[in-house]
Amino acid sequence: MAKLKDLAKMEDRLVAGHGMCLGCGIPLIFKVVLRATEDPLIIANATGCLEVCTTIFPRTAWNVTWIHSAFENAASTIAGVEAMYKALKRKGKIPKDKTIKFLGTAGDGGTYDIGLQALSGTMERGHDIVYLCYDNNAYANTGGQRSSATPLGASASTSPAGTQSPGKLQWRKDLTKILAAHNVPYVAQACPSRWQDLYNKAKKAFEIEGPAFLNVLCLCPTEWKYEESKGIELAKIAVDSCVWPLYEVENGKYKVNYKPKEKKPILEWIKPQGRFRHLFKEENAWVLEEFQKKVDEEWEELNRLASL
Amino acid sequence: MKKVKVDPKGVLTGSHYIDGDYAIAEGGLAAGCRFFAGYPITPSTETAERFSERIPHVGGVFIQMEDELGSIAAMIGAVWGGKKTMTVTSGPGFSLMMENIGLACMMEIPLVIANVQRGGPSTGLPTLTGQQDMMQAKWGSHGDYEIIALSPDSPQECFDLTIEAFNLSETYRVPVFVMTDECVGHMHEKVVIPPAEEIEVVERKWYEGPKDKYLPYKLDKDGIPFMVKAGDGYRFHTTGLTRDERGYPVINAECQSVVVPHLVDKIINNADKIIMLEEDEIDGAEIVVISYGITSRVAIRAVQQARKAGIKVGTLRLKTVWPFPEKRIKQLARKIKAFVVPEINYGQIVLEVERCAAGKAPAFHVPHCGGWVHDPNDILKVIKEAAK
Repeated sequence: MAKLKDLAKMEDRLVAGHGMCLGCGIPLIFKVVLRATEDPLIIANATGCLEVCTTIFPRTAWNVTWIHSAFENAASTIAGVEAMYKALKRKGKIPKDKTIKFLGTAGDGGTYDIGLQALSGTMERGHDIVYLCYDNNAYANTGGQRSSATPLGASASTSPAGTQSPGKLQWRKDLTKILAAHNVPYVAQACPSRWQDLYNKAKKAFEIEGPAFLNVLCLCPTEWKYEESKGIELAKIAVDSCVWPLYEVENGKYKVNYKPKEKKPILEWIKPQGRFRHLFKEENAWVLEEFQKKVDEEWEELNRLASL
Repeated sequence: MKKVKVDPKGVLTGSHYIDGDYAIAEGGLAAGCRFFAGYPITPSTETAERFSERIPHVGGVFIQMEDELGSIAAMIGAVWGGKKTMTVTSGPGFSLMMENIGLACMMEIPLVIANVQRGGPSTGLPTLTGQQDMMQAKWGSHGDYEIIALSPDSPQECFDLTIEAFNLSETYRVPVFVMTDECVGHMHEKVVIPPAEEIEVVERKWYEGPKDKYLPYKLDKDGIPFMVKAGDGYRFHTTGLTRDERGYPVINAECQSVVVPHLVDKIINNADKIIMLEEDEIDGAEIVVISYGITSRVAIRAVQQARKAGIKVGTLRLKTVWPFPEKRIKQLARKIKAFVVPEINYGQIVLEVERCAAGKAPAFHVPHCGGWVHDPNDILKVIKEAAK
């Protein structure tokens, strides 16, 4: 098991000096995930907060080989890189025993929505890559429009809450399960509040042969509208309320990695966040009920799958 | 062409201090657009946001799609459902729409796309201005077809020309582009929205004949076929394949030789009616500055200084960029010494000016690669050089 003390001594691959918002979850995730491999690493990064904030010319916060793709195709780009390296190995231009890791990454906009086709194709073809989605529930880079990962009832700039609407009307897309349905060797859902779990999953994802997918809940004080210093507490509640359960699917087998001793009500998750503020109006009570019901159903289903 | 009064619900009558992006949304709502399928992209997102906020009060549909391919495809669907539709985008999103723009041209779908241009290529300058998609607007999808493209230079014109875009799209059953730019899109100015009874819009050309006689691509006297709403009991077929009057695929050169000229000619033969130009001091001018969008406002300063220096400068502003005002440029080329064409790209519309001038007068380009507007002095320098 990794010790924080040892991890802290490792060289950063995403270094300081990026321009991400105060309290942003992205660096939290990447500082842990990028420590999960010591092999040479190549990252393909779609347009989004991570890309924009780490590479404002002439600066870069990256200490690894890094490629910016278009918005919709980080997965295809990293698939191309991986295929090229395989060919170079075959031709003997890179020693056969040299291990190189490949990571494709984007936010929920670039993964759940516009990037889903590219990701699905990459998974199906079986490239030996890891794809990480940092899911901050919105198109945060362009000012907080709704994505298919935005929760029910959240107010986003293109699903605004008001007299005519209680915010987003749809339940979020269950991307982790969609990826599990690709029958790839490894799919997992993680959260930066449990860094050890995140680290273990990233390590497994890098080490496993074939495609692996990580869906990581990413704190976003700017769009979720909570106090920046309370991020990790909020992330803990996401996990303890089963809004964001931690689980993995390894070779088709579901495993729940953490079961809260006492499942917290979703209200604890919702209350601190300004994007849900309007849900406490009388006419929106049904949204809270629906939210709790769906979370309960999904949790139950997840446990059923894990018991198989 | 049947003109009707607009539905007052969509018209936010009054004086507003809003930006060009918002004005595009208001123009669409005023024109009767009740279906917006979009995808967020800087610097156009404000239009989608405005629409999403306004539409529940007006009545209609706002959908955020999974990408720009989805946006335009949903619009095509909604048009067959009988709605007026629009979307807004910028360079990368415009690129993604190209295949379906071709489909819309082939199916003869009236729809409006506003492109708030930013610097390209690729992700380029998401937050900074450009006029680099002008040729893409005309040539972006494969095959031969014609579209209409307008270019507003102020928030007021974003409102006015979006309504006009809807009218043109309905008149000619063709996609119409509102080619603005980040500067105009994000510029706040006074926008006056008139009372609803003062706004007239073109009604879709609805078929009213017997149900079993409807042919979706049979040309009417004006060269434009009639439309129906899917679900109203008409049996018809529509496709992206080359088709006959019934809309059924006919894959041969004969049919192609009917369809393609129709798609092109319905616009080109009506160019005189479509084209809107704004001219100033053009009689007796030795130099004519041709510009569009934000650049036409920057060019004013250079033109004023040139006139002060004794050069006879006229201006021609392209409110309509496509179809291109070929005839007018030809006329002017015979009378003047030279054209000066400033634009925020590395040479696009200047090529059209050169083509139309056909050697009778040279066209001096004032390029700018995007990110900011021209320094008026750069335009002035070229005017002086052209006047030598």
